[in-house]
Amino acid sequence: MRPILLQGHERALTQIKYNREGDLLFSVAKDNVINVWFSHNGERLGTYNGHQGSIWSVDVNSDSSLLISGSADNTARLWNVADGRLLHTWTSNTAVKRVQFSEDDKYVLMVTEQRMGFPGTILIFAVDPTTADQSDEPLNVIIPEPSKATVAGWGYLNKYIVVGHENGNVSLFDWNTGEVLKCVEDHEAIISDLQFSTDRTYFITSSKDKTARIYDSNTLECIKSYPTDTPLNSAVIVPAIKEFVVVGGGQEAMQVTTTSQRQGKFECRFFHKIHEDEVGRVRGHFGPINTIAFHPDGKSFSSGGEDGYVRVHHFDPDYYTFKYE
Amino acid sequence: MPALDPRNLPASEADIDFSDIEEKYHLTFNESFDNVVVVDNLPVVDESKLDRLLSVVKKIFKPAGTIKEDGLFMPTSIDPNSGKTMTQGYLFMEFNTPEQASAAIKQLDGFKLDKTHILAVHKYTDVERYATMNDTYKEPVIPPYEEREHLKSWLLDPKCRDQFVALRGDEVAVMANNKNGKPDTVFTRSKWTESYLQWSPRGTYLTTYHRQGVVLWGGASWSKIMRFIHPNVKLSDFSPHEKFLVTFSPDAINHEAVGMANPSENPFGPEDDGNHLCVWDIRTGNLLRSFPMPQMANKDTAGPSIKDAWPHFKWSSDDRYFARVVPGQMLSIYEAPSMGLLDRKSIKVEGISDFAWSPVPGRPGRLGTKGDANKPTDYTLAYWTPEMNNQPARVTLINVPTKEVLRTKNLFNTTDCKLYWHPSGEYLCVKVDRLSKTKKSTSSNLEIFLLSDRALPVETIELKETVVSFAWEPKGKQPRFAVITTVDPSAVQFNASGMAVQSVRNTVSFYEPEPLSKLKRAATNMTHGNFKCKNTLEKKPTTALLWSPNGRYIILGSLRSTTVWDMEFWDMDYPLDNKKNGATEMRLLTSPEHYGVTDVEWDPTGRYVVSYASAWRHSMENGFIVWDCKGTLLGKFTYEKFKQFLWRPRPPTLLTEEDKKRIAKKIPELAPKFEEEDLMSESAASSAVIMKRRRAVEEWNAWRAKAEKEYLEECQMMGKTPMYRSTSANAGDESANVETIEEWVEEVIEETEEVVE
Repeated sequence: MRPILLQGHERALTQIKYNREGDLLFSVAKDNVINVWFSHNGERLGTYNGHQGSIWSVDVNSDSSLLISGSADNTARLWNVADGRLLHTWTSNTAVKRVQFSEDDKYVLMVTEQRMGFPGTILIFAVDPTTADQSDEPLNVIIPEPSKATVAGWGYLNKYIVVGHENGNVSLFDWNTGEVLKCVEDHEAIISDLQFSTDRTYFITSSKDKTARIYDSNTLECIKSYPTDTPLNSAVIVPAIKEFVVVGGGQEAMQVTTTSQRQGKFECRFFHKIHEDEVGRVRGHFGPINTIAFHPDGKSFSSGGEDGYVRVHHFDPDYYTFKYE
Repeated sequence: MPALDPRNLPASEADIDFSDIEEKYHLTFNESFDNVVVVDNLPVVDESKLDRLLSVVKKIFKPAGTIKEDGLFMPTSIDPNSGKTMTQGYLFMEFNTPEQASAAIKQLDGFKLDKTHILAVHKYTDVERYATMNDTYKEPVIPPYEEREHLKSWLLDPKCRDQFVALRGDEVAVMANNKNGKPDTVFTRSKWTESYLQWSPRGTYLTTYHRQGVVLWGGASWSKIMRFIHPNVKLSDFSPHEKFLVTFSPDAINHEAVGMANPSENPFGPEDDGNHLCVWDIRTGNLLRSFPMPQMANKDTAGPSIKDAWPHFKWSSDDRYFARVVPGQMLSIYEAPSMGLLDRKSIKVEGISDFAWSPVPGRPGRLGTKGDANKPTDYTLAYWTPEMNNQPARVTLINVPTKEVLRTKNLFNTTDCKLYWHPSGEYLCVKVDRLSKTKKSTSSNLEIFLLSDRALPVETIELKETVVSFAWEPKGKQPRFAVITTVDPSAVQFNASGMAVQSVRNTVSFYEPEPLSKLKRAATNMTHGNFKCKNTLEKKPTTALLWSPNGRYIILGSLRSTTVWDMEFWDMDYPLDNKKNGATEMRLLTSPEHYGVTDVEWDPTGRYVVSYASAWRHSMENGFIVWDCKGTLLGKFTYEKFKQFLWRPRPPTLLTEEDKKRIAKKIPELAPKFEEEDLMSESAASSAVIMKRRRAVEEWNAWRAKAEKEYLEECQMMGKTPMYRSTSANAGDESANVETIEEWVEEVIEETEEVVE
């Protein structure tokens, strides 16, 4: 498996995302550009320019027409995917750390940072794909207590939103009322990533406490857990073909200069989703892995690292014939 | 004090209440007799000799402290027979301070004035105390007999598994190693020890360290067997038969500060104050004796740190003697369990640096031949002294307890010596580091003493490089050893936690005796010839020689390095197939790498070996790997903050050599049965795993089915079409959605230019 190296960013990657069909790959980094790539050959399709600060998060709607991005310049921006036009800018008090479209593309959520006296919030906006001007008035503002939100995502049918907190809690919010419906305290440190299964009935969390966990979206019951020996930054459920999950991370970015690449543990680790055993690793990054995304067809995946590279991996035939004994 | 009330002043001076001031400035007069000692067993002399006797006594006691003026009082009485004034054989002596008095007792109690007069020096207060003792016998309360657990129960394991203890963060786990490398947990306990763990030499007890002292644990239930109170204890050491325990604390003992709830549990008395070392009886838990740290001759130079010179007391293999050096001055040999000095005095050896007991009693080949009922109980002890006062450095072998000097050997240009006894006691190798004549480079000599010969001949092997490590093969048909040599031993740099920061290029050499021809053997009565270098491996990063406890296998390890982590498994007796004469050769079996390895521990049977990376040295991939003796990886275990791994030692086998041979002969007969058992347990284990996995898959599928059903129901209820269908439903029409992208890539492989005419 020879990965394709995408060298379009000058700083650490923060999030990468495939569109629903998997033909496009969006990547954002701490430099101020959003890149879009053809996922099958790594050719760059274009960029979305305009942000004034590090971009923390990106999401594309299900028909690949709209793109939303959240940035440290205290804005979230809506873009036209096809021609790169900026459609709308939402301004927040603090950095926007996470954005996501709802399943039906009608709403977006934004997680904002807690800073300079402003509390960390989760903002819900309605998005209308048919018109150019979007509402600047949030439908709801949720202030998670006592620990701020770090990541969040929409459940299926817009039932709930699932929130990962800085203290390791995972909770279920009613986004209309802002009420906490359920909360579990399995993780011991900050939740770094939260990604849903294809049908959004379960999701995986990764945490700096070196474990990843699978939860049921309705009950928040912890179904599986995957302990590792390194702080995790990202985790994804393999959507098709194999019953795997992939996690990635590595030593904290600030400590990397003092350690060799080998002890940094900058590898994508494949675990068997059901048996919780590690089945393989993919090396290559020379900094911590910040984000992992899987192609919806399950035949390739990408990882973005602190080293500024995105590595797109297409599996070799032996991946498909691999039998877990 | 109540505030002064001017309306209510005392009428006269006598009415003023001074009691508070008196209390505050109360003076205590020194009325104690702590500085008075009683010296008994003095000769009985008449008046004419009294002055001479007193001056002799004064002279003897002068080093202990200053005797007060008129501080000597010797009672006399008039002998009714001769009418002369005779002394009564004892005197009182008053020192300036109580400390001097106790020093006098420590130094001079038991002093030999002459053959018949051995002084008894005691505190006056003690004499008084014992004189006023209640004479009526009080029956001591005998606690009811409590049956002790079987302390060696782990040896009865039906699968003969060896146990080990692992310290992972704060958690201590005792585990049993299995053939497949997946150990079973026997017992775990969190925060069992405050610093580290230690097994007793025969594996009976597990030692844990606490602020108040050490505790021994054992038996099948891992209950507390005995505790030894020694505040801030840092090091401990067992005698070889586990009868005695030596503990060391950097804090001087203060018997009043021990602070036990029950004063009778305080093991210390005033005589222990200021001491750092304690010798305990393990069975009873009693303190046998406490020792101060040895006084250095030159008080400005600190002695070697206790950590480097631990064990401080070295025991003879039968627990009968233990000895220590006062560096530069003397060798003190004590007897156990009486704790007294052998012959009541130390052996004065100027400059003495280090010593070593022979590992077995008697002299091989001379005393205690086979079947001898009177097993020898004497030991050979070797010590060395460095060059001083125009005297060459010297290695001396003496007999204990006779103290007879058996052999000395002078050494020249010596900077350091290390003594290595062969486990059989037949050989003593002295590694001598020497300076070249120009004093610029160093090299080493190996001086091998042959103990089985009456004349104690010495064989010298001169090496061009400096020896950094030496190791005898623990067992084997003939004595063999391995050495690591290097050109410049000071070139390696270490970081704060003792890890080498650059790799080294060392040479590893293997030595064994030359075979002798039959004729020569008969003529010289020797079984082996001189030691010869059999093999040399050059430019190796090896820093440690790790022989299997059974011999034959050796690991050349690169431990505690930040750059290399090689482990080379060598078989020293690899059988050569094509020859049936039992010819063997040395062969590298495998050379795996264990990233971050800091320590290697062989199990006591030599079947398995564990390498581990300890969090005490670094924090990279802490954990351990279990290998078999041939270097096959059996299991790898990583733990956060893994600190220590220790195999549980086994006591020496009770089988005789004949028994062992008989069992070895039966192995081919019994092997099929064992193999069958292994297969059975393996298939049982794998079927258990399969069952577990099947269950996991079933549970997962059941949960998925339920979640998907709920999802679809909810979709229907809300009147929405599900955005995503489950993968199984979706599989059929997948091919219809596939879009084929064809890509043409043109690549110029070669471009040649030809001129067409």
